[in-house]
Parts: sequence; C-alpha cells; structure tokens
Amino acid sequence: MKIRTDIIWKIGLLLLLSWVIVGAWVWEPPMGGVSTPEIYRIFYFHVPMALVTFLAYGLAMIQGIAYLKRRDLEFDLRSSTAAVLGTIFCVLAAVSGSVFARFAWGSFWNWDPRETSILMLLLIYLAYFSLRAAVVDPERKARLSATYSILGFIAAVFTIFVWPRITPGLHPGAPGSSGGKVIVMSARTLMVFVPSLVAFTSLFGWIYSLSLRVNRFVEED
Amino acid sequence: MPTARSGLGSKTAAVLAKDIRSELRTRYAITAIVMFAVVSAVAVGFASGGISLDKQIQAILFWLVLFFASVAGLGQSFIKEEENGTVNALRIYAPSGSVFGGKYLFNLLLLFALEIIIVPLFIGLVGLQIENFWLFLAVLVSGTLGLAGSTTLVAAIIAKASMKGVLFAVLSFPLVLPLLVIAIKGTEKALYENAFVAGWMEIRVLVSYAVVMTVAGFLLFDFVWND
Repeated sequence: MKIRTDIIWKIGLLLLLSWVIVGAWVWEPPMGGVSTPEIYRIFYFHVPMALVTFLAYGLAMIQGIAYLKRRDLEFDLRSSTAAVLGTIFCVLAAVSGSVFARFAWGSFWNWDPRETSILMLLLIYLAYFSLRAAVVDPERKARLSATYSILGFIAAVFTIFVWPRITPGLHPGAPGSSGGKVIVMSARTLMVFVPSLVAFTSLFGWIYSLSLRVNRFVEED
Repeated sequence: MPTARSGLGSKTAAVLAKDIRSELRTRYAITAIVMFAVVSAVAVGFASGGISLDKQIQAILFWLVLFFASVAGLGQSFIKEEENGTVNALRIYAPSGSVFGGKYLFNLLLLFALEIIIVPLFIGLVGLQIENFWLFLAVLVSGTLGLAGSTTLVAAIIAKASMKGVLFAVLSFPLVLPLLVIAIKGTEKALYENAFVAGWMEIRVLVSYAVVMTVAGFLLFDFVWND
C-alpha cells in the first residue's frame, strides 16, 4: 500500500512539472508593459529555486540545532544533505537570475540586495563545506559545522536587512525598487506560479529523501 | 549569586592576563599583525605612487587591510592552546564563559594595538585625510568590537580543525562581510566633511552587529570548547 501512494505522488509531481513547463513557456502570454516581455518567463523557475534555496538552508540550520541538542549523528546527516541541496539550488537560482539580469538590467551582476544576500548564503555554505572537509572526527565535524551555520545565519540576516540601505533594489517588490512594493499577479499567472512553487518544493523533498538514503549507506561503510 | 559572578569576572581577567603575559614573551600575534599591516600599507602607498586616491577607495583599502591583518593574528589565540597542550588545563581552571571573555578581550586589545599603528601609516603613506575625527573613531571602535566578537568564536572553531591558517580567513570573511560594508560606508562619511549625525545609522548597525555576534559567540562557545 505504501508503494502505491508513493507512485501516485510521483506521477502527480510529473504532471505538475509538465504543466509548469507548458504553462510558463506556451500558455502564459508574454508580460505586457515591459521592454523585454519574453524573458520574464524565467520568473516561473527562478523564484521557486530561490524559495527552495531558503527552505534547504533553513532545514540545514534547524537540523544542525537539533544535532547540538540531541547529539545524534542522524541530524548531522540531514543537515549536511540539506546544505548540499541548498547549494545546488542556490547556484541554479543565482545563474538563472544572472541571465535574466543581463537582459533586463544590463549586467550579469548588479549588487542588488537580493543578489547580495544569495551570494552571502553561498559564501557561508562554501565556508561551511571547507570547515567540514578540514575536520576528521564525525562528532566534532557535526558540532563545529552546526555552530558555524548558526553564526552564518545571523550574519546573513544582517546583510538582508542592511544591504537595501546601501544599494536600491532592482527586484520587483524589493524595498527601494522602482517597481513599487506590491506585485499584483493575474489569476492566469498565479495558475502557473503557485503550481511551480509546489512542484519545486516537492521535487526538493524527493531529492532530499533520496540523497538521505544514499548518504546513510555511505556513512555505514 | 554575586560570588559566582565575581568568580567569572576574575577568571576572565586571569585568562586575559595570562594571554597578555604569554604574548609579551613570544610577541607572535602582535608581530604577525603589525608586520602584515606595515607591509600592506606600504604596498598600497607604493602602488598608488603618489597619486591621491579617491576617499571611497581609501576607506575600502583601510578596512580590507585591517581585516586581513587581523586574520593574520587573531586566529592564534586558540591554536596556541591546542599546540602547547594547555587546553585541558584551561578547561579545568576556568568556566567556558571566562575563556571566551578573556580571549575576546585579548583579541580586542590586539586589534586596538593594530589600529594605533595602521591609522598613522594610512595617514602618512596613503594620504588618508580624516575630516570628522570623532565619527571616524566611533566607526573604528564599534567596527572593532564586532570584528573581535565574530572572529573569537571562529578562532575557537578553527583550532579544532586542520588547515587552520586558510580556514580562518575563509570562515570569517562571510561573517564579517556585512560589518565591512557598513564600516566602509561610515569611514567614507568621516573622510568627507560630514556632521557626526551623518554616520549615526552606520554606528547603530555596527554596535548592534557587535552585540549580537558577541552574545551569539558567547552562547555558542560551549559547543566548540567542550569536546
């Protein structure tokens, strides 16, 4: 019975992702009122990837805190697995955003507040992986990296709040952006955007549970 | 309990005094920091070759040199204990709060010593012209508090890892990044003719960064210190 529900769930995800691809590239009309209407389609993939980045990094930190409390290496395994996936999605979100930025704002990197905070997250987690690589003892590795990720989270929060005062935002809805603070999406846009958020989040959940199983085997050897 | 608190305070002072004494014997950290600062300030002066640099660039160079000079020395505070095998003695003698406090104060003193040297060097060799001295000082002091606060815990972390030297720079840079950006902005304002109020936002952010990072370091230190 368990396998049945599993298959249904996966088929559902397949249909949902197919709908997002068709909806984003074909069904949804180009955005009106902007100079480059076609490139805005990247929004249906870029925003969910950024969302998954934050979810994965948040999960990595929460599991890290759980490790510090319970001292069970299982939590560390979950934490590092989530951090790896978060980094993959972080790179994808940064690259897709950067391609968009080149055509919408004129340059690949503009030091916009959100670009800066995602770069900051990337730097923190690259440092986190180099710390993990430099410690051999698994208990110590788990302890040190969980501690570092909490400290990194605090620094990232500072960047997110402080940076809009340094450079104005370019992202729609960002503080200081010319686009205004509220984005109004049409019902048609929402019909693609909301499924896209759901699909990417469940895709992340699937990859996460698969890589957890793989990593458990690797740890046992 | 007043007795416990005074014990914590006096042990913090004892850890600090021990560090100062052993530093005065070897002069390892202070030499590394000062030499790094002198070399890089001279390098900046040479490279600019008498051209007066833009005030914005001066502020950026000043904080970058300060950051990398502190990376050269601040990491030593815990590595020293691991290498000399004095970790366990220290762990038995003082509660972890006192160890963190003592090391934090020691790093703070090192940074102030570094700044006493680096500011005149920048004025002399790079042509740093400070228009609002009090704003400059306030940004420098509040930035230093934050720098010491976030790097003390990182120093404790890397002492337990291999590749210590490189790792210290790699781990501290993302943490210190928001501090550097704000401190550069504040210093830039002090280099132009600005009222003290102009840099009020920067000082507030720097002080809150220092408080949050130091308290976080103090609370998280237990997890790093006790194996």
